Amino acid sequence: MAATSLLDRSRTVAGPGFNRWLIPPAALAIHLAIGQAYAFSVFNKPLGALISGDVAKPAPDDWTPGQIGWTFSIAIVLLGLSAAIFGKWLERVGPRKAMLASALCFGGGFLIGSLGVHLHNIWLLYFGYGVVGGIGLGIGYISPVSTLIKWFPDRKGVATGMAIMGFGGGAMIGSPLANNLMNHFKDSAPMGVAPTFIVMGILYLIFMQFGVWSIRVPADDWKPAGYVPSTEHNDLITTQNVSADNAIKTPQFWLLWVVLLTNVTAGIGVLETASPLIQETFSDGALGAGKGVTAAAAAGFVGLLSLFNLLGRFFWSSASDKMGRKTTYAIYFGLGILLYALIPKLGHNAQLILFVVVACVIISMYGGGFATIPAYLSDLFGKYQVGAIHGRLLTAWSTAGVLGPLIVHSLHESAQAKGLSGAAAYQNVFYTMAGLLVLGLLANFAVTAVKDQYFEKGPVTPEAGGH
Amino acid sequence: MEPATTPNTPESSTSGLRLAIAWLVVGAPLLWGVSQTFIKALALFQ
Repeated sequence: MAATSLLDRSRTVAGPGFNRWLIPPAALAIHLAIGQAYAFSVFNKPLGALISGDVAKPAPDDWTPGQIGWTFSIAIVLLGLSAAIFGKWLERVGPRKAMLASALCFGGGFLIGSLGVHLHNIWLLYFGYGVVGGIGLGIGYISPVSTLIKWFPDRKGVATGMAIMGFGGGAMIGSPLANNLMNHFKDSAPMGVAPTFIVMGILYLIFMQFGVWSIRVPADDWKPAGYVPSTEHNDLITTQNVSADNAIKTPQFWLLWVVLLTNVTAGIGVLETASPLIQETFSDGALGAGKGVTAAAAAGFVGLLSLFNLLGRFFWSSASDKMGRKTTYAIYFGLGILLYALIPKLGHNAQLILFVVVACVIISMYGGGFATIPAYLSDLFGKYQVGAIHGRLLTAWSTAGVLGPLIVHSLHESAQAKGLSGAAAYQNVFYTMAGLLVLGLLANFAVTAVKDQYFEKGPVTPEAGGH
Repeated sequence: MEPATTPNTPESSTSGLRLAIAWLVVGAPLLWGVSQTFIKALALFQ
């Protein structure tokens, strides 16, 4: 069973002299691949015209946008569920086996999905990309987190920020890659989608192998050269460990669940509305004939938000190493409340540049919220099962993935039904999101040190993670 | 068999080339994706 043993945790323990800066690229190889999920919308129109062959004129039997939209929703729900379910397994078997499982599921999901596209069977697409691929997303998302935290006890925010930045970058690669491939295959299959799925599945499977085979865990007694743990007492940074099972019994876990839920839900408020919001708010009518924001410029705005989402993941998470996690989240929420409340006013006053700047800062903090949470968890619960705890916390993301669009669409439709248009039609969306951030601010404010009763009493080993 | 490990080992024994290749493998596609997005974002300022 040589192949199996190569995947074992014990075979991934780094030898003397191993450079820890080889670990972030291994983590990035996984996150850059699975981050493609955020670019799934690039397939929406082609998938809706597989029979007609014309995105402008779908046939009656073509899939509707609503039907196609479920594929991404299922994937995000499965991301949260699988991260929660497989977190402890991951801690026990180590990152290499988990990364391989993630690669097989994510790549395999594309391949099954391609069959669904080829047969025009939406259930097979849901099962392939949504369920199997979604499991790959969940396992892949958490697989490098605890390893990075163990390699970088002195820079937890920097390390996890780098990996989770990759998830944001994955969409930037996945979107143009899919467009180029669909264009290449457009004459050999309806809209070129099925062969694109096959090629992307194989490419991602291969690319993720770099992470699988280059990941290493540090020896139990390893410390960075010259690293001396801070002796300054800080209630919110423990030197003890809480198991994943005990973590969910603490109020701190659920407060952070609310923190993540509110930050992500509010961010979705901007991401979901970005393109129509900027076009409707800064139309020719508001700025003058020929000066309104075009569809191409709106796409540019969405691209700019993606860049700030990526940069925010690294910037804010790294900054949290200096400022502390609680302070960093207080900034996300405090500044966020002001900026969300400001957005409708900027639209009303036709201040386009300020509007763009504010939206970019908001999205940077949305990304930062994702990237800072693993280090916050590690501070509060220790590094023992932080991957599994992080996995359970990601159910907040799944919930936000459903809640965010629901709030946005219902408030926007209700405003339109009242005859409101332009910036006014989005006003309640942003005020509601600002209200949600108040809830997040209070939850973050309530976070205190974990009580002694939840800490593990004896020494802990990674192999115990799966009990 | 577990490799021997030493605490507080220096990080310099991994070759610089290996490090550069590792970062290039992930950095190249990331830079390509970022550049594509940046080009798209320029439309906002035109």
